[in-house]
Amino acid sequence: MSRIEFKDVRHAYPPPPGQAPVYALKEVSQVWEHGGAYALLGPSGCGKTTLLNIISGLLTPSEGSILFDHREVTDLPTAGRHIAQVFQFPVVYDTMTVFDNLAFPLRNRGIPEARVRERVAEIADMLDLSDRLRQRASGLTADGKQKISLGRGLVREDVNAILFDEPLTVIDPHLKWQLRSKLKELHQQIGVTMIYVTHDQVEALTFADQVVVMHDGGIVQVGTPVELFNRPKHTFVGYFIGSPGMNVLPCRLENGQPVFANNPLSSDYPADTDLSGKLEIGIRPEFVRFGDHGIPVEIDKVEDLGRYQVVTVRHESEQIKMLVGENQAIPSESPKIQFDPANLHIYRDDWAVGARDA
Amino acid sequence: MSIELRKVSLRVGAETHIYATDLSLEPGQFNILLGTTLSGKTSLMRLMAGLEKPTSGELWADGKNVTGIPVQRRSVAMVYQAFINYPSFSVYDNIASPLKVAGLPRNEIDEKVRRFADLLQLTPMLERLPNELSGGQQQRTALARALVKGADLVLLDEPLANLDYKLREELRDELPKMFADTGATVVYATSEPLEALMLGGYTATLDEGRVVQFGQTSTIYRQPESLTSARVFSDPPVNIASIEKRGGTAFLSESVSWSVPARLAEMPDGAYKIGLRPHHLLPKGEGVEVDGEVHIAEISGSESIIRVTVEGNNWVSEAHGIHTYEFGQSARFFFDSNRCLYFDANEMLIETRV
Amino acid sequence: MRKTTNQKAWWLVVPVLLLVAFNAFIPLMTVVNYSVQETFGNNVFFWEGVTWFEKVLRSERFHDSMLRQLLFTGMIIAIEVPLGIAVALSMPRKGPWVSVCLVLMALPLLIPWNVVGAMWNIFALPDIGLLGYSLNSMGFDYNFTQQPVSAWMTTVVMDVWHWTSLVVLLCYAGLCSIPDAYYQAAHIDGASRWAVFRYIQLPKMKRVLTIAILLRFMDSFMIYTEPFVLTGGGPGNTTTFLSIDLVKIALGQFDLGPAAAMSLIYFLVVLLICWVFYTVMMRNEEQ
Repeated sequence: MSRIEFKDVRHAYPPPPGQAPVYALKEVSQVWEHGGAYALLGPSGCGKTTLLNIISGLLTPSEGSILFDHREVTDLPTAGRHIAQVFQFPVVYDTMTVFDNLAFPLRNRGIPEARVRERVAEIADMLDLSDRLRQRASGLTADGKQKISLGRGLVREDVNAILFDEPLTVIDPHLKWQLRSKLKELHQQIGVTMIYVTHDQVEALTFADQVVVMHDGGIVQVGTPVELFNRPKHTFVGYFIGSPGMNVLPCRLENGQPVFANNPLSSDYPADTDLSGKLEIGIRPEFVRFGDHGIPVEIDKVEDLGRYQVVTVRHESEQIKMLVGENQAIPSESPKIQFDPANLHIYRDDWAVGARDA
Repeated sequence: MSIELRKVSLRVGAETHIYATDLSLEPGQFNILLGTTLSGKTSLMRLMAGLEKPTSGELWADGKNVTGIPVQRRSVAMVYQAFINYPSFSVYDNIASPLKVAGLPRNEIDEKVRRFADLLQLTPMLERLPNELSGGQQQRTALARALVKGADLVLLDEPLANLDYKLREELRDELPKMFADTGATVVYATSEPLEALMLGGYTATLDEGRVVQFGQTSTIYRQPESLTSARVFSDPPVNIASIEKRGGTAFLSESVSWSVPARLAEMPDGAYKIGLRPHHLLPKGEGVEVDGEVHIAEISGSESIIRVTVEGNNWVSEAHGIHTYEFGQSARFFFDSNRCLYFDANEMLIETRV
Repeated sequence: MRKTTNQKAWWLVVPVLLLVAFNAFIPLMTVVNYSVQETFGNNVFFWEGVTWFEKVLRSERFHDSMLRQLLFTGMIIAIEVPLGIAVALSMPRKGPWVSVCLVLMALPLLIPWNVVGAMWNIFALPDIGLLGYSLNSMGFDYNFTQQPVSAWMTTVVMDVWHWTSLVVLLCYAGLCSIPDAYYQAAHIDGASRWAVFRYIQLPKMKRVLTIAILLRFMDSFMIYTEPFVLTGGGPGNTTTFLSIDLVKIALGQFDLGPAAAMSLIYFLVVLLICWVFYTVMMRNEEQ
């Protein structure tokens, strides 16, 4: 178990000769407390896999330092960091049985055979693999193989953290939730630090206690799933989390108040906050409602998604999405929408302002 | 192009990939094939395209028998899950390739390529090679190539599955619009029920090589003909339980019961099955009360997905808001019995709406 | 996958069929013809049936060359396969040296076979060849033209020099197809170099290794040019392998009947072993 800290870490892959380096990871300073369940969430190319590989030691950062329990490990090779990693596609030793696969990391470290047997049995039981220990590893399905990969990480008792690099990619869609819940269950049982990289917000939000949202090589926001949902600090976070994502609409200032479509909007921000620059409002589709007064719109599309309906409305040239309950009626005569003021966010140059700007 | 499958089946060696199927697609429709990974979606699409010859049955297109006519002689375009583009051609040449094969004059090719590149937002990338593009852009190139052909039948085999979550959402929004103007019959395979709902149109649910039900998407969703159809068209999985009906009351167990709709009350007493969608089982509310043991609760921002064991059944509750539970905690859940779907002994839907 | 059948494709195969028929099938039938008859020339033939086959199978000379051949092939495979794997393992998989290594490995394979024989002949000459002279001046008594052991050693070393590259290139291709994640996972598991080889690299190379062994077996079993140019089959008949012996009988002694019979037996032996390999490989695939 260990507290992992990144200090001013930056990483650029070696550029072709004569060109300036391009930073895959820009200025990351972050602490991962031990025992935490973290998710690194972001689109392809945002640097999350680079960050993960720096933690595990498979990549040495071009700048900055990494500390485990306040001990400098930047130059320590992977084997010395006591890290386990589960990759995108299952990595199993095909010629060995499931038992031998799970025993491999222990045997490599010289653990006595009796203890190996105990430990493998324990872990196999946790992962529901007990009845397949004598089978050849190559004969299992994709999710079975991923469990073996996971098991090889769990079986070691000295493991500091388990890292997951989009582990559910090859799993059958209707089996994904099983493995997902299993991971969460394991985390609650064992309490080892788990860091999970994904581009799927559902995976990230359901697994992690703290989600690190990354964009373009940098960390945009760190918070609990609820915080990220209710208080997105950056328009990217609002857009990326939530399905559909947050509506981001341009607004302008009138008499010191933000105005959208000739509707002054109330929002609790201190009156002396600087509101120059590109101004936008962010409001999640869940918090847009039809009402008798409000902004006049035209209805573009209604999608019935079972649980709720997604209504796409338009005001002049701006498109706004809203979530309407399953059996709620959608007004046909000159519909008007209202924004819930408690969940309205103002963004200046993509960063949130106001009382929420903490 | 209207497509009709008459008792089409596909057998490979000893395995039956597709059981005798009848399917009728109208021109200009957006059709979805929904099913899990091995349910036969790809096999069915390949049969429609002419890439495979059916073991039995006939394929009719626009009133003509086209069984056995190879795909080169049919007006078909296909987009795959893996972004398939000619790796040595630029984006421009990729999109132009079907037109070059068709022998169109150069200026016509240019005009068409630019039009579709614009539609798919590829104009700044026309001179690049596929491996210099991101995943989303590569798939757009493949889509443009399929669209520009102007084929009467366009087949899309889980085209968004390899894309980032958000990118998938965006492309999914654009797809029906892209194809709406072409008048082509579109067949789109997916394993995600939510995607089917978002795309609308018509849906065929597939299970183990059989087309279980076909019809308008929202109808199939709300009134699944059978338990299998309900199961396929549900994510998280639909809550299923066996009940015993005595007179006008359904008993989930001796302590949990409710009155059934009139239509069901008239039917003979005995064992039936119910299907309840996860978002109709709630931690708070009114209706039938059930006690369960919570296995795990997954919170995602504003929604909670709770897995709970109720009367020996593994059920899922999808609720708005944050509901946290401990492992194995006992909790009470509610559901509106009017939301239950009732199925008879053959797992076929009992129509209970008035 | 069954595509809709298109009969026109058969027409494309006709030219090849004609060529094969002319260059391979007809000559083969001629050999079969000779193997069951006796001729003294002048196109006069006497039917002999299986006489030649019996004679060949019982002849001591045949047994000797077969043994020599098997010993040679066995040595070749025992040396070239492990050596090939070792070299492939030490070749870089990324970076600027990759192309250099690949070209170096390919060079021996590009040299015409009789040139290889001639090269090594001169190289190993005991008085003026670099190798021969160095060995002799170091105190070894080396003369491949007169000593059977030296002749064998030189032939084997020549073949190893010539053909190990093939094994190297095949194994290298197999190694390159292993995704990085496997090595990373092994690293994380604390696996030793040997464990990485045994549990990751070797299993993944199984397929290419089978092909490599099959190719080397077939080629070395039929070897003719290089040893012929190097030693001529000598000294005496110590390096007379099966094909060299066959040519001696057929063209040297003009005993067409026995030669034809022998070549058919030869052909069937090679065919049988290839079939065995193939079945084993296919069964492994199914697993």
